[in-house]
Amino acid sequence: MALDGNAIGGMLLEIFATDMTSAEATCARCGAVRPVAEELVYLRGPGTVVRCRRCTSVLMVISRVRGLNCVDLSGMEALEVKAASD
Amino acid sequence: MAGTALRGRLTWRVATVATVADETDHVRTITLDLPDWPGHHAGQHLDVRLTAEDGYSAERSYSIASADGEAVAITVERLDDGEVSPYLTQELRPGDQMEARGPIGNWFTWEPHDGGPLLLIAGGSGVVPLRAILRHHQRTGSNVPARLLYSARSLEDVIYRRELDQYGGSAEVRYTLTRRQPPGWGGFSGRIDDAMLARIAWPASQSPLAFICGPTPFVEAVAELLVARHYPTRRVKTERFGGA
Repeated sequence: MALDGNAIGGMLLEIFATDMTSAEATCARCGAVRPVAEELVYLRGPGTVVRCRRCTSVLMVISRVRGLNCVDLSGMEALEVKAASD
Repeated sequence: MAGTALRGRLTWRVATVATVADETDHVRTITLDLPDWPGHHAGQHLDVRLTAEDGYSAERSYSIASADGEAVAITVERLDDGEVSPYLTQELRPGDQMEARGPIGNWFTWEPHDGGPLLLIAGGSGVVPLRAILRHHQRTGSNVPARLLYSARSLEDVIYRRELDQYGGSAEVRYTLTRRQPPGWGGFSGRIDDAMLARIAWPASQSPLAFICGPTPFVEAVAELLVARHYPTRRVKTERFGGA
């Protein structure tokens, strides 16, 4: 069953070194824009899969292979991350 | 300040159990002593890592049960077929250690300047981050009106009941009991539906801010009902969990 982007906040923070649950993802297929926290997340497969909540197209795949985090972002047209305030 | 402290600083720290307190038959709150904790916001998470003597380790993510500025606490529900929760809820003692990292997640959080009125809707142990938000609301003396609608199987399954029963004034708490109601029960019964929300949910015209937390089917159903009541999707923040 799908969870949501809140469930992978730690993994994303480890990889991107900034909070990504509030980052805005634009689906490359349907154009829907949503915070990563609100997207569909599947943890049970090989690798972690993030899908668009509107059209279910794959937005992001994260796999950990021999100590390397491999992140495929090709399903997103844009990923907007708020800059840290000074 | 917390934002800058967070950047690139997600490191595992050794957490020492300060206190354990049973909330219900199968739910326990664990307060952690975490030196150098950078602070957290109500609604954020913590990752916990347990490592066995043979080196096998398991990680889980838990909502932080305490408000900004309070000692870090997590509330854990025992899943009988779980790998981690039986240990945390039955065997862990004060003085025991585990690894923890956080705080995690800036989306499912609330600060007084985010406004409201606040509508908090919890299914089962989904009440944990919403309790942190309610405590933060009270501790900051916010005058934003807040309502928590908490769906539990029975009164015995209500987590934080003593604390939640004390709310009143700017923060109201209502329960709906889905499986069993005590004799003379005056609260709601059954699953959350549109008729219940008609009595609890602020009208969309007041631009309420909603937080829903619970198992996936619960969250999907309630979010759909709120959107049907013309809540903009941007004002409906959701968090789902599954048994693992």
